[in-house]
Amino acid sequence: MDLRALLDRPTDAERLAVDDLLGPSEEFNGRVAYGGHEARARRQLLLPALHACQDAVGSISRGALGYISERLTVPPAELYGVATFYSLFNTDEARGTTVHVCDDIVCSQYGAKGLLQTLEGSELSWEASPCLGQCERAPAVMFHSPGEGYGNAAPVDSDTVGNVVFDELPHGVVHQDQSQLRLLRRIGRIDPTSLEAYRGSGGYQTLTRAIELGPDGVISALDESGLKGRGGAAFPIGIKWRGVADAPGPDKYVIANGDESEPGTFKDRLLMEGDPFAVIEAMTIYGFATGSTKGYIYVRGEYPTAEKRLRDAIVMASEAGLLGTRVANAGFDFDLEVRRGAGAYICGEETALFASIEGYRGEPRQKPPFPTQHGVFGRPTGINNIETLLAALEVIEGGAGEFARVGTEQSTGPKLFCVSGAVEKPGVFEVPFGTTLGEILALAGGVRGGRGLGAVLLGGAAGVFVDFSFLDMPLTFEDTREAGATLGSGAVIVFDENCDFGPVLRRIARFFEEESCGQCVPCRIGTVRQSEALARLNDGETLGTVADELERLDDLARVMTDASICGLGQTAASAIQSAIRLQLRGAPA
Amino acid sequence: MTMTEREISTITAQVNGEVVEVPDGSTILDACRQAGLDLPTLCYGPTMTAANACRVCVVELEGSRTLVPSCSRKLEEGMDIRTGTERAEHSRRLVMELLGSASELDRSGDQLDSWIEDAGAEPSRFGPKAATVAAQPKIEDDLYVRDYGRCILCYRCVDACGVEHQNTFAITVAGRGFEAHISTEFDVALPDSACVYCGNCIAVCPTGALVGKVEFDMREDDTWDESRQGVTRTVCAYCGVGCNLDLHTQDGKIVNVTSPHDHDVTLGNLCIKGRFGWSYVSSAGDV
Repeated sequence: MDLRALLDRPTDAERLAVDDLLGPSEEFNGRVAYGGHEARARRQLLLPALHACQDAVGSISRGALGYISERLTVPPAELYGVATFYSLFNTDEARGTTVHVCDDIVCSQYGAKGLLQTLEGSELSWEASPCLGQCERAPAVMFHSPGEGYGNAAPVDSDTVGNVVFDELPHGVVHQDQSQLRLLRRIGRIDPTSLEAYRGSGGYQTLTRAIELGPDGVISALDESGLKGRGGAAFPIGIKWRGVADAPGPDKYVIANGDESEPGTFKDRLLMEGDPFAVIEAMTIYGFATGSTKGYIYVRGEYPTAEKRLRDAIVMASEAGLLGTRVANAGFDFDLEVRRGAGAYICGEETALFASIEGYRGEPRQKPPFPTQHGVFGRPTGINNIETLLAALEVIEGGAGEFARVGTEQSTGPKLFCVSGAVEKPGVFEVPFGTTLGEILALAGGVRGGRGLGAVLLGGAAGVFVDFSFLDMPLTFEDTREAGATLGSGAVIVFDENCDFGPVLRRIARFFEEESCGQCVPCRIGTVRQSEALARLNDGETLGTVADELERLDDLARVMTDASICGLGQTAASAIQSAIRLQLRGAPA
Repeated sequence: MTMTEREISTITAQVNGEVVEVPDGSTILDACRQAGLDLPTLCYGPTMTAANACRVCVVELEGSRTLVPSCSRKLEEGMDIRTGTERAEHSRRLVMELLGSASELDRSGDQLDSWIEDAGAEPSRFGPKAATVAAQPKIEDDLYVRDYGRCILCYRCVDACGVEHQNTFAITVAGRGFEAHISTEFDVALPDSACVYCGNCIAVCPTGALVGKVEFDMREDDTWDESRQGVTRTVCAYCGVGCNLDLHTQDGKIVNVTSPHDHDVTLGNLCIKGRFGWSYVSSAGDV
C-alpha cells in the first residue's frame, strides 16, 4: 500500500491530542516513517484517536485526519469513511459547544419541540438527536464542548437548555423497595466511585466463588440457571459462554455491550453509572470462565457518566490486583478496556460493534460465522449486554437454583424494564419474569394525569405497539413471542389516549432512516421509502388510495424483514406495522 | 501426498429438490449454478469476494428465519435451498424496485434490464418525489468520469481499489444510510487523492457510474452504439507483463479498452497506460 498523505498539517492542539493517546511521534526533518505490522496492529486505536481530536478541538480537520492516518498507517480515504460514519464526529468546520437535543419518541412527549425552537433563535450550535437514554427525566440534552468534555442535562426546559453545565446528573431513581431488588440493589445506595464500598456490600465475593467453581462449574451453573440474554435475542447464556470456552485460544475476547441505544432504554446506563464494579466483576468472571485474557466494555458515546465511572473503576480494580496479571492471586490474567461509541445505534449489533472496535465503519457482517468462532479481530468472542452480565453475576452468587426459582420455566430470573413516556413515575423497574404489563404500569404509577391508555410500545423503536388488551400479558420471552409482541430491550414506552400517533410513527421511521448503516439495499433505501409513505399518509397526499400506500408499506416491511443483513433492517418496520394493525396511524393532517 | 492422490472433499445439498454435489468451500450460488440456475448478482463480481450488500441474490434456506445471500453464504452439508419461492422472488423484486427508484440504471446493460423485467419490478411505484442519489457527474480529467447518480453502492469499486485488486485505497464509502456515498478523503479531487488512474474501478462497476471519458461523452452525444462496435483482443505493448487488452472500436476508432475478466493474469485489471494510453493510435500528427 502506498499511503498518500493529505497536505494539511495538524494544529499543535490536534497533534497533542493524538500523541497523548498514541505516544510521541518520531519525527525527523519533517519526514515521518511509520508503518509495518506494528503500526497496522494499532488500527484499533482509530476510534479513540478520532475522539481525541473531536474532544480537543470540536472537529476532525483535514490536518488531524492526515496525522492520524500517518500515525496508524490507515489510508486517509478509509479514515474519512470511518469518521463520517459516526454522527458525533464532525468533519466540517469546528464548532464551539454543541447541544444535542433529544427529539425522540419519549422526549417529544415532554416538550422537545419547544426546546428546539428556543435553540433556533440562540447563538448556540445545536443538533436534534436520537434517544439519549435519559427517558426517565425527559426532556434531555447532551453537551459537547471542545476542550472541556461532554455531559448530559435532564430534565431541561426553555430557560435551562442553553446552560452548559458539566455536573454529573444524579443517579436514576429507583422507585422500588430494597427488599424486591437484586440487580438494582446497589443503585443509589452504594457509592459507585468507591471500591471499598462495593466490597463492603458483598462485591468481589462472587469472583472468589467463581474461582472455587472453576470455569466449567461457572458455565454449568449458567446452563442450569436457564439464563437467557437480555439484549433482545434471548440466547441461552451457558451455550454462548461454553462456545467461547471451547474455542481454541489463547487469543479470545469477551465484550460487555453497553451501546444501549434503543429508544426508550436506559437500564444499562443505570447499572454502569450506579454499579460499575459489578460490571467489571462480571466481566472478570466472563474472562476466567472462557479463558479470555482481554475484555472490552463498549459504552455508547452519549453516556459520559457511565464511561467515566467505568474507566475510574477499572483503574481502582487494577490497583487492587483485581485486574491485570494473576487476578485476585488466582492463576489467570485479565485486562479490561473501555471503548466509547460515537453516535451509531447500529454499533449495538454485535458484529458492527466488533468492526467499530477494530477501527472500521460500524457495518454488520454476515452470520455465520458466529462471534463465538469468529468475533472481534477474527478471534472467538463472547459478547453480552450489561444487564445479562449482572444477571450472570446473580447466578454465580446465589446459585442456579435460587436464580431459576424467580420467573417462569422458560424465562428465569429477574428482569429490568425501562418504563417511560406518559406515566406518573418513569424509571427502571426490577420484576420477576412473568409480571404482567398492567402490573408494571401500576408500579410506574399508571398513566400520567389519570388519563386513559393509548398504547404501549414494547422494546423500543425495533419493538411492537400493544394496546390495553395486552395488559394481562405476562412479560416473558415465551408469552410475548406467542402474542406476536416482543420484550426487545426491555423498553416500555407509554402513550396516553390523547396521543397523535402520526408524528410518533414518522419519528420511528426517521430513526431507522438515520441509523441505517447503508450497507444493504433493503434497509438503506427501504427505510427511506417507509418514511416517505408515512409522510404521504400523514399529509393526506397518498399515491393512489390509502390501501395502495398500506400495501406499499407492507411490501417494504417484508423485504426489510426477509432480506436485510442484520437486526436493524429486520426490525425497521416492526413497530410501524404493529401500529397499522392496531389502527394507530394518526389522522391525516 | 501427490496431486493425483489428493481427494477433493465435496458437499451435498439440495437446490429446488435437486441433489447437487460441489467442492467444499463453495457458496450457495455456486451450487445453484451447478444445478443450472442462474441468479441475479450486482455487488458480487466474478473476480471479487462477495460484498454481501445488494441482496438481489437472496434465496430461501430451510430452517433459516430470514432469506440468505447466495453469493456469500457458504454451502453446508444437507442444506435445502429454494430459489423460486414467493418470498425469495418478492425480495428480489423489491430490491430491484428500490435500486431503480433511487439510482439511474439506464446504462447498466441488458442483463439488469432483463432481470428487472423478469422480476416484474416497477421502480416508479414509489412516486415521482422519491428521494434519489441524483448528482452531477464528476468530470475532473480526460480519463474517466464518476457519475454517482448511477451508483448503487455495491462496494465493488472500493474493494477493487483496496484489498481485492489495486491496494491503493483512494476511495471509500463515506457517510451513513441513504447518505452513504463513494468518496475520497474530504471529497478531494482524484488527482489530489491516492488514485493512480488504473481504472480498475471502472472494470468492476455494474451500472456505468464509473466510465471512460470517451464513452461518457459519446453516450451524452448519443453516438455510443454497441451494435456498431467490434472487439479486438491484443497484448499490451507497454511493458513485459503482457496483459491482454480488448480494444473496443466503433467506426474504425478505439472507444474503450478493457481486459478480459477471465484472464488468469489480469482478472480484468490494467494500469493507467494499458487502459487509457491509446489515443495516439488515432492521432493525426506524425510519429
